[in-house]
Amino acid sequence: MDKKSALLEVKKISKVFSKDTVDEVTALDDVSLKIHPEDYITIIGSNGAGKTTLLNVIAGLFPPEQGVVSINGEDVTYLPEYVRAKYFGRVHQDPKVGTGGNLTIEENLAFALLRGKQRGLKTAINRERRELFRFALNPLGLGLENRLDALVGTLSSGQRQSIALTMATISKPSVLLLDEHVANLDPRTAQIVFDLTEMVIKREKLTTMMITHDMECALKYGNRLIMMHRGKIIVDLGKEEKQKLAINDLINLFAQAAGEKLTDEKILLSQGER
Amino acid sequence: MDIIGNILGFSLYEGLVYGLVAIGVYLTLRVLAFPDLTVDGSYALGGATTAVLLVKGFNPFIGVLAAMLVGLCAGALTAILNTTLRLPALLAGILMMVGLYSVNLRIMGGANISLLRESTIFDQVGGVLKLGVGNIYLSIIVALLIIIIVVSMLIWFLRTEFGLGLRATGDNEEMVRGLGSNTNINLIIGVAIANGLVATAGAVVAQSQGFADVGMGIGMVVIGLASVIIGETLLHPRRVAGLLLAAVVGAFIYRLIITVALRLGMPPGDLKLVTSVLVVAAMAIPYIKKRIRNEWIPPAERW
Repeated sequence: MDKKSALLEVKKISKVFSKDTVDEVTALDDVSLKIHPEDYITIIGSNGAGKTTLLNVIAGLFPPEQGVVSINGEDVTYLPEYVRAKYFGRVHQDPKVGTGGNLTIEENLAFALLRGKQRGLKTAINRERRELFRFALNPLGLGLENRLDALVGTLSSGQRQSIALTMATISKPSVLLLDEHVANLDPRTAQIVFDLTEMVIKREKLTTMMITHDMECALKYGNRLIMMHRGKIIVDLGKEEKQKLAINDLINLFAQAAGEKLTDEKILLSQGER
Repeated sequence: MDIIGNILGFSLYEGLVYGLVAIGVYLTLRVLAFPDLTVDGSYALGGATTAVLLVKGFNPFIGVLAAMLVGLCAGALTAILNTTLRLPALLAGILMMVGLYSVNLRIMGGANISLLRESTIFDQVGGVLKLGVGNIYLSIIVALLIIIIVVSMLIWFLRTEFGLGLRATGDNEEMVRGLGSNTNINLIIGVAIANGLVATAGAVVAQSQGFADVGMGIGMVVIGLASVIIGETLLHPRRVAGLLLAAVVGAFIYRLIITVALRLGMPPGDLKLVTSVLVVAAMAIPYIKKRIRNEWIPPAERW
């Protein structure tokens, strides 16, 4: 796998929070990872394993203490988030984070459409773009394409997360970062948003990193599975290896690699970390 | 009848001019969610700049444009204090307001400048329209022209790709950065424009009243806030154009209330207290209403 050129590479990344205080936490400990075009990586791990921190370092919310992040061979480690945004589409756990509640659906999409491009003095929304938005919203099957001027803050969290997903993908990202993006939704809505995600990833052939707390999901989807624990990647499985596994095997693998027992509960509790 | 016409005309003119201040406050507070107190200072800065230029013999229109320009700079500086030096927005605004007081004294070389013998934009437009200075229609026409230019430009600007970024910044900064826009730049430009408008208002008022005074900006931010809140409460606007117009209508109604109160014998010195009470009432009444109806109440803002 390493013979192909990497799209995104994380090399020997370390990140420490609250350094030199009693609260010091090593969120990432010498993590290296190569991501190839059209990889679809599922990431699991218990609370505080460093999954979200890894995505944050990749997206540029904060720089790592050590290590390099490069994309297409370009070192982006210290590039600010807004400059790097041209490469990444991201959906967060909380639908409120990825959307603007006081803006309309079409305003949100118009803003997202220009991710990574110069925003100039042209009118943000025109007939052509409206058509594009309708076209992008139509497959969601939520009827949002007919409510382009509704304020996003008035939508349900499922609808809002669907908008966030559309915003992250409307201008094709080099890498799609999903951070437990269905965890805050009720089971039925979660399934709908998840199916939509699958559809978009397949249709656009998106390179994807998806954090999930659902081990079944992590096994079923994607071509690669990564398990993190205490800031390290402890398991990294390819498509064939992963297909042979059941949830129990995954739990055993964790026990072997981490030297402690993993319960489903432990992973389920892994929400709302840094 | 004549008195009513007189009061309406005067309030209309003042509402249009203070509408610029209201639009400035609307831009910072509502569009950018940046509570900006620079306003008191930048208003007087506009007046001071225009006064000095007029005395030196510059064209009065240049005087207004220059006032707008220095206002832009003052606003940009406030936002830079906040975004790059990390001062809280409220403190940055207060520091600028206080600092500008000294700057304005320096610009004018004293506490006030009389413009009674200088040619103003009102003289110039009056000359073209054959209307005498002091004619209320002339004042209204000049103020209306300025407001029409400003409002139509802002409606256009806030709908552009860049303008949408400003509105998004006030709504969800995290999202804006994640979608590749520099929120610091957006805030600096937004707060600059707001203070440019406020300084323009200061310049127009100085030229119309015939003097600039270092204390002329005191309470201006509260007047702007009162106008924005009155407009929103009465008109419930939703779209950008509606919100901008509501700020101007709010300024008109605010001036109308004040003018009537003054005519009814309220001492001018009580004006600022009345304005403050007005803002308190406008902000507290919706809350009290909800309280009575047992509705859900969001936590109080801390800006």
